[in-house]
Amino acid sequence: MALRDDQIERYSRQILLPQVGGKGQEKLLAAKVLIIGVGGLGSPVAAYLAGAGVGTIGIIDSDKVEMNNLHRQIIYTGDDIGRSKAEVAKERLIKMNSDIKVNAHVLRLCSDNALNIIKDYDIVVDGSDNFPTRYLVNDACVLLGKPLVHGAFFRVDGQAMVIKPKEGPCYRCMFSEPPPPGAVPSCQEAGVLGALAGTIGLIQATETIKLILGIGEPLIGKLIIYSSMEMSFRKVKVPKDPECPVCGQHPSVTKLIDYEQFCGINKKEAK
Amino acid sequence: MAVNVRIPQPLQKITGGKELVEAEGSTVKDLIEDLEKKFPGIKGRICDDAGKVRRFINIYVNEEDIRFSSGDATALKEGDEVSIIPAIAGGR
Repeated sequence: MALRDDQIERYSRQILLPQVGGKGQEKLLAAKVLIIGVGGLGSPVAAYLAGAGVGTIGIIDSDKVEMNNLHRQIIYTGDDIGRSKAEVAKERLIKMNSDIKVNAHVLRLCSDNALNIIKDYDIVVDGSDNFPTRYLVNDACVLLGKPLVHGAFFRVDGQAMVIKPKEGPCYRCMFSEPPPPGAVPSCQEAGVLGALAGTIGLIQATETIKLILGIGEPLIGKLIIYSSMEMSFRKVKVPKDPECPVCGQHPSVTKLIDYEQFCGINKKEAK
Repeated sequence: MAVNVRIPQPLQKITGGKELVEAEGSTVKDLIEDLEKKFPGIKGRICDDAGKVRRFINIYVNEEDIRFSSGDATALKEGDEVSIIPAIAGGR
């Protein structure tokens, strides 16, 4: 697939990089990335991947835009309040870059639909906001062998890691079980610094681009921890756990399970 | 022996908002006991009733996860940095 003149012009500032070049741009245009949740993390991820010319971007979100989203979810405006996030995000991304294809999945990811949706993409970016979805996405990506770019925040702190099934550890190797419901307050209850969500989202976008291009050292087996108050980044090692229930030597999770039950959430209470 | 301990956001309420605290101990287990003396209530957040580190919290000595060294018997030396890292899920 040769680049057209308008593409060479649009992407010239990254094609100039020895790490990208024309070949790299072709890889970006051929890549298919799925973003789970277009909120505080997913918004900057989607915007920068669209800008970089990631050829197919899938976005999953069942929520509608709310006024209290706007301080951090930068792809929405006041005019979008009440509209489907996935649909608004699609319109916005196409406006930013008409060169790409965007699939809007207006739904909540669950055990029944996850494998079927994820299988069509090369890389998954987790921008979800709850433990059941995070374990679901992890397990689905491990089962399908798809790289997963993890990112999460709490108030003024954030984390990010790249999960490359077989090659490195998965989310369960790091945290075999979620905290009990109520132990950790949600963003709705705890609040979040909008710019912090952007920082973590952009780490995820950068790692995604590195994975597509096969450049640099991906955050595989390393968790990056960001403290916005200290303005510090630290890295800790995450070894592959041979006892991991999904990617260990004797896995007990060989298909998707009921993640709300796994996370101790009574179905009736779950949103 | 004093080491620096990094306290995660969710536990900073107990440390009076402090992210970096000093505590003493020759092992991680001793260190947690010393933290409890200085910041009552913190141990119950880190460990379960049996005294084991909760499954959704990892403790790192410098860059290394203690689950893959000697668990809470992991030895500490002067100048080590201990990080307590919980699973967090925010993304919206």
